[in-house]
Amino acid sequence: MGLLSKKDTKLILDPLADDNPITIQVLGICSALAITAQLKPSIVMAISVIFVLGIGNVVISLMRNIIPSKIRIIVQLIVVATLVIIVDQVLKAFAYELSKELSVFIGLIITNCIIMGRFEAFALGNGPWRSFLDGVGNALGYGVILIIVGFFRELLGSGTLFGFKVLGDSVEKTGLYAIGYENNGFMVLPPMALIVVGIIIWIQRSRNKALIEEN
Amino acid sequence: MAINKDSNVYTIIFAVVMVVVVGTLLAGFASVLKPNIKANERYEKQQNILYAMGISENQGAGDVAFIPTDRVESEFAKYITKQLVIEGDKITENDQAYLIDIKKEATKAKKDGYVRKLPLFVGQKDGKELYVMPVRGKGLWDAIWGFVAVDKNMIVQGVFFDHKGETPGLGAEIKQRYFMDDFAGEQILDGAAFKGIKVAKGNNDPKNEIKDDFEVDAIAGATITGDGVSAMLKKDVAMYVSYFKNL
Repeated sequence: MGLLSKKDTKLILDPLADDNPITIQVLGICSALAITAQLKPSIVMAISVIFVLGIGNVVISLMRNIIPSKIRIIVQLIVVATLVIIVDQVLKAFAYELSKELSVFIGLIITNCIIMGRFEAFALGNGPWRSFLDGVGNALGYGVILIIVGFFRELLGSGTLFGFKVLGDSVEKTGLYAIGYENNGFMVLPPMALIVVGIIIWIQRSRNKALIEEN
Repeated sequence: MAINKDSNVYTIIFAVVMVVVVGTLLAGFASVLKPNIKANERYEKQQNILYAMGISENQGAGDVAFIPTDRVESEFAKYITKQLVIEGDKITENDQAYLIDIKKEATKAKKDGYVRKLPLFVGQKDGKELYVMPVRGKGLWDAIWGFVAVDKNMIVQGVFFDHKGETPGLGAEIKQRYFMDDFAGEQILDGAAFKGIKVAKGNNDPKNEIKDDFEVDAIAGATITGDGVSAMLKKDVAMYVSYFKNL
């Protein structure tokens, strides 16, 4: 037996594919639309959510037997809010530009439905280790989609990746632009994120028929 | 003895303990990280002031690229020759003037008898003397602010605007190049009279070729933010006019 039993591995891997919080459960869409115009903020957001959800799940799980059920939701909110403020402060101290860019959305991690959803559905009923795995798994599932969407939106919308001009220079007309390629400005706008997420859902469902609901 | 977790006493004690723990934790974090955050805010101000003067790392047409933080302090020292604080008729030099919080000054100025401290940055660029003024006002949702660089006749040489929470794609566009670049060359004074610059919707000059109409073209869908920019320029820049008249 390795570090993770079969059941534990499932906790990490399921949310990456067949139980993905964005494409299957359709949670956390708002931030997925807002910050994926470029790859870098997508990755930072993914890391922040992994941190908040991983630690948050453990904290809630450790407290699960002492939390008064009457103020359960408030306690969860406080835990998320605390972690989010910590992330925000750390970003402000060490990645100021990025924190300005993400400003509102870091704060909005608090309202990310995935987090409260995992607290309620998993951490309140499971031990710390399993909760940690579940949190990291779900956050990874969320992050993977963010990064895929961010990759395509930055590449097709601005012709760059991490700010590097991978397709050539659109002003100087070098690389692909020399043969008439144009950036698709629509990719930079939020609606396109929804369409890209839609395409991912489409691909996923056409590959795994079990995901399609019967009518 | 088993604790009744549903009792009000337990709930209240739990809440109090939790608040204390969380509060301590956050206060700890805040005080540890504060020096770093303060430094970053200082760099940002210097970057913004330099940007308004036209000192930036802009390459492409839509870039808003500041001088990187590791160089900004030395560049700031190089280009800014004097930092002045204007208090009524009294003008003093103060190399910390850029740290004056103009939001606090504006609040204090509402009280009778308080003479507002106005920071002004004098810089040299390509042999030309530039004067950078901070401005601050209200947009649609929250604060907007910026820096306006003018020459000695109060003709705008460059601006930088930023905002706290304007609508992305609409009001937030005030920090885009196409909006900010329009201000360069605009006049603020009509002869000796102060006019300001209006962000105008019914502008006959969308390409902004006429520089003495005291107007720049507004952003569609961002009327209130645009009006905020006009108001902030009118209110805050006006305070400096007497300084320029005595120049």
